[in-house]
Formats: sequence, structure tokens, C-alpha cells
Amino acid sequence: MHNAILAVDFGSTYTKVTAISNEKAEILGTSKAFTTFETDIRDGLNAAVQELEKQTGKLNFSHKLAASSAGGGLKMVAVGLVPALTAKAAQTAACSAGAKVVKTFSYELTKADCAKIRQINPDLVLLSGGTDGGNKDVILHNAKMLAEIDAPFSVIIAGNKAAAEDAQTTLQAGDKHAVICGNVMPAFNTLDAEPAKSAINTLFLEKIIEAKGLTQAAREFSAPIIPTPLAVFECTQLLSQSLGDLLAVDVGGATTDVYSMCAGTPTLPGVALKGLPEPFAKRTVEGDLGLRHSQETLVEKLISDGATGNNLLPVGLEEYRKTCKENYAYVPEKNHPHAAIDALLCGIAVDMAVTRHAGFLESSYTPFGEAFSQTGKDLTGVRYVIGIGGSVIYSENPPEILKNATQKQRGKILKPASPKLLLDKKYIFAAMGLLARMDKKRALSILESEL
Amino acid sequence: MNGKTLVMGVIGADVHAIGIKILSHAFTEAGYNVVNLGVMVSQEEYIEAAIETNANAIVVSSLYGHGEMDCRGLREKCDEAGLKDIPLYVGGNLVVGKRDFAEVEKTFLDMGFNRAYPPGTPPEVGIADINKDLGLA
Repeated sequence: MHNAILAVDFGSTYTKVTAISNEKAEILGTSKAFTTFETDIRDGLNAAVQELEKQTGKLNFSHKLAASSAGGGLKMVAVGLVPALTAKAAQTAACSAGAKVVKTFSYELTKADCAKIRQINPDLVLLSGGTDGGNKDVILHNAKMLAEIDAPFSVIIAGNKAAAEDAQTTLQAGDKHAVICGNVMPAFNTLDAEPAKSAINTLFLEKIIEAKGLTQAAREFSAPIIPTPLAVFECTQLLSQSLGDLLAVDVGGATTDVYSMCAGTPTLPGVALKGLPEPFAKRTVEGDLGLRHSQETLVEKLISDGATGNNLLPVGLEEYRKTCKENYAYVPEKNHPHAAIDALLCGIAVDMAVTRHAGFLESSYTPFGEAFSQTGKDLTGVRYVIGIGGSVIYSENPPEILKNATQKQRGKILKPASPKLLLDKKYIFAAMGLLARMDKKRALSILESEL
Repeated sequence: MNGKTLVMGVIGADVHAIGIKILSHAFTEAGYNVVNLGVMVSQEEYIEAAIETNANAIVVSSLYGHGEMDCRGLREKCDEAGLKDIPLYVGGNLVVGKRDFAEVEKTFLDMGFNRAYPPGTPPEVGIADINKDLGLA
């Protein structure tokens, strides 16, 4: 019987398990089974482990680690004041905590905004607004509006410290669980994501694990369950220590996540930086770019590209859409025409998500000639682009899809110029992120040999 | 600290970085919470910073002679953004050539600025005026 470490990823559809050797830097095996949300989530886990042991023989697990994105993941809404300032800071902080930020609101919340939040039914709301000593009115107004929404979310208050306590009182009066943490933008244009990030993780453990039916399962693990995107985030962060600047893209059924690990400062001389300073480790989540739940944007882009002659419209698109709508877990057979459509949409998702993640240049004409300013991160010098997640790695031609993350010609959008393309072939990023929390060195050497 | 916040920066495509550093230093010493946006600041950036920090006034600097072009519309945009009646100050080398400053001043006051200053004005003059306008002196 082998001694091993078990890493589990409870997904919305599949529960994926990875067995890591306890003696060597080596993966013993991986397998998956359907997530059993309706009965007990441990049933699916046991089925996956049994499947795993068919490959590896009986295993004795010294450590069991888990991440979860079951039940739609950690669904969040971010609220701020100015779109380019506290609203963006709140969104960035929530993304770096591994949340799926469904929507970001700015200025005073309206009744329509609140109806939208109710419909989203988030697990958590991150409420910011005002630098410390800055604007108080808007965050207090928004606390009042949030308090009146009839939904069971908790609120993290990460705004103007001078208004935080009043905002908490207002929210508590509306029966909302509300906690205060440090401002995401304590001073103008200063991003401080850490306090919000740790508050999100605390609430994830206290509230969300239970709400997602993971309490029983959680007791069986040696470390707290964390959100899957956080595990992937920490894995890409670790990997950048060995590979240098990198970008990773994960196209899922509901979202497309992009991770960049680089300073992103201008690579061209004489370019001025504009806007909120960017974190070295950055994650963005595109809630409208997914292959199943949120297919609309991608299909629209496919059709409009078809109309301009960039792409021929695939045959059977309508039937494909219908099939996907009826079954979000639909996976077409390898040579089925639907697999080709999946690949096309996947490429579009990579293109759009990386374009949004990347910084851009703007030119202005001055008495001294043309001057450039850069907003966001310059990714042109990024050395590696890594494809993670099933829709990229199991597709017919992953490099073709990943190429969409790069610049076709040198332009204003600062996407990677000529990176090497890599694949998370065995689907181990979440597992390695979990392993890194207990053994960084081993996780890194496994990653180096598997990529 | 006097509890008042000022947003300041060099407007437009102007990259003169020294003067704004001196002003930022002088106003900080005078007790203000200074939000210095640096150089090449657009009208929108002043406004967004003022909203988020609940600023009491906006101080615009311009040294390359295109100040008139760059400043036009700032008052209207402030009104639009809900910063009604926020005091606006402008100073520096505001126009090209040797125009009479009284004429230049009128141009900027007509644009909606509360005060305009000619080249070479010492910081103390602006500080005294703003102290008075904000009810500190």
C-alpha cells in the first residue's frame, strides 16, 4: 500500500482527485467522478477515489486537501464608488481571493441594481467606496440599499473607515451578516487587497462551506477547504517563481479566468502609466464568457466575425446551442462537429478574456509630438501562456486556441507578443496549488516535470 | 492637518513635474491632505479623484501654454459629476505669448475657475487664498 497525499477539487460537475506520492515529487494518478450535490458530496468523492485506486492500487492518505467550486463557486458582487477607482479595487480584491465576481456596481445603487443583485443571489457582497477620510455618503447609501435586499448574502465592508461602522450598523439592522475590514483603497490610487482577501476567505470557511453542503466533507480534510480558483491562483504564482512572467487562461462553462504573474510595467520607452496600480499577481474573471452557462457573448462574436468574413459560420450552430442549453454538462464526442464549435468558441473566449485582462496604450498629441499612456498591465514580454481547464486541454488542437491569447500584430492592446505555449495536460493546477500550501518545493518540481 | 483635502495635478499633455511637487509639499506643510495626481492629468481624473476623496477643492497647474484649451469645460464636467460649486484654482504659465494677465485671468474666471494665478506666484499666496475660501482663516 502506497502512502500518498490526496488533493480533491469539488467542481460543479465533476469531483476531481489527484494522488501525489509522499516520497517522490510525482503524481501517482488522477481520476474524476460526478459531483453528488443532491445526496452527499462524499459519495462522488468516494467514487472518484475508488476509480483512482484501480490505477494505483490501494492508497493510504497521509494528508487530504480540498478546494471547491461546487454550487457555482464563491459568487460575489463588488460595489464601489468611482468605476475606475474603488469599484475596480473591490473587483480586483475579490478576484484575487478566488471569487467569481458576477457583477461590479459603482456610484449609488438604484432599485434596479438591487433587483439585479437579488437575482444574482451572491454568497458575498464586497462593499467599498471612498478613500479613508473621503466620500461617506455613497457607501452609507449603498449599505442602506443592500440592507433592504431580500437575499441571504453576507457583506464585507472595505471602504472609507470613517463610514464603516455606520454602514455595519445599517446592514445589521437589515439582518445582514456584516464584517468590517481595511479599506481596499485607503489612499487615493493605492490598492490594498489583502484585508478584503483574508475577510473573504474567513467568510468562505464560516458561511459558504456550510451553504454549499460541504460541512460534513470538510471534517475529513487535513486543511481548510479553499475556493478552487484560489488554489489555481496560488499555483500560477508559485510557477512564476521558476518560469518567470506568465499568463494562464482557464475557459470554463460559466466563466473565463485569466491569471497574470508579472509587473506589467511599460516595455516601450517614454510611456506614462495611468490608472490604478496593477498587482503583480492578478486574476480576472469574465462572467459573460463561458462555453455553456454564458455562451451568448461568444456566439454573438462568432456570428459577427462570420458576417465580416473573418470566420465561416459553422454548420449546425443552432442545434449545438440547443443541445448546450438543455444540458450544461454536455461534452461532445471527439470528432463530432460540436467539438469543433466548442473549439471555435473557446478561442474567442481566450481572445476576449485576455484582451480585457491586458493593458492598453492610448496616444495623445502634444506640442512635443505623440505621447503614449498605458492603462493596465503590459503583457507583451510575458514568456509563457498556459492553458488550464478541460475545454482547452481536451480540445483537438490546444495551441490553436491558446494563440488567441497573443497579439496578431503589434497594436494598442498589450497582449503577450511571442510567448511559449504550455498546457496543464493532467489538469493538476488546483491540486498543485493545494499541495503548495504544505510543500512548495514538491509542488514546483511536479509542475516542472508535468508541463 | 486642517481636515481639508485638495486634489492637484498638471493638466493635459503637460509633463512639467517639478512645480507640482513643490506645490504638493507646500500645501501638505500648510496642513492640507493633498492628493497629487502628478503630470498629464485629464479633466476626468481630477473629477474622479475629487469624488472618491471628497475633496474640498481642485488645484490645476499648467506650464506649457496650452492651459486654456486643456481647462475649458472642467467646470461643466464638475457640475455634471455632482461636484457642484467645488472651488477650482488654476495657475502657471497659462497661455502662450505675452498677453496681459488681467485678460488671462478673466478668461479663466469666465470658464468657471474661482481664482487664477500668473507665473511665479509663490505658494504662500495660493495657500492664504484657499485658507480664506475654505473658511480656515
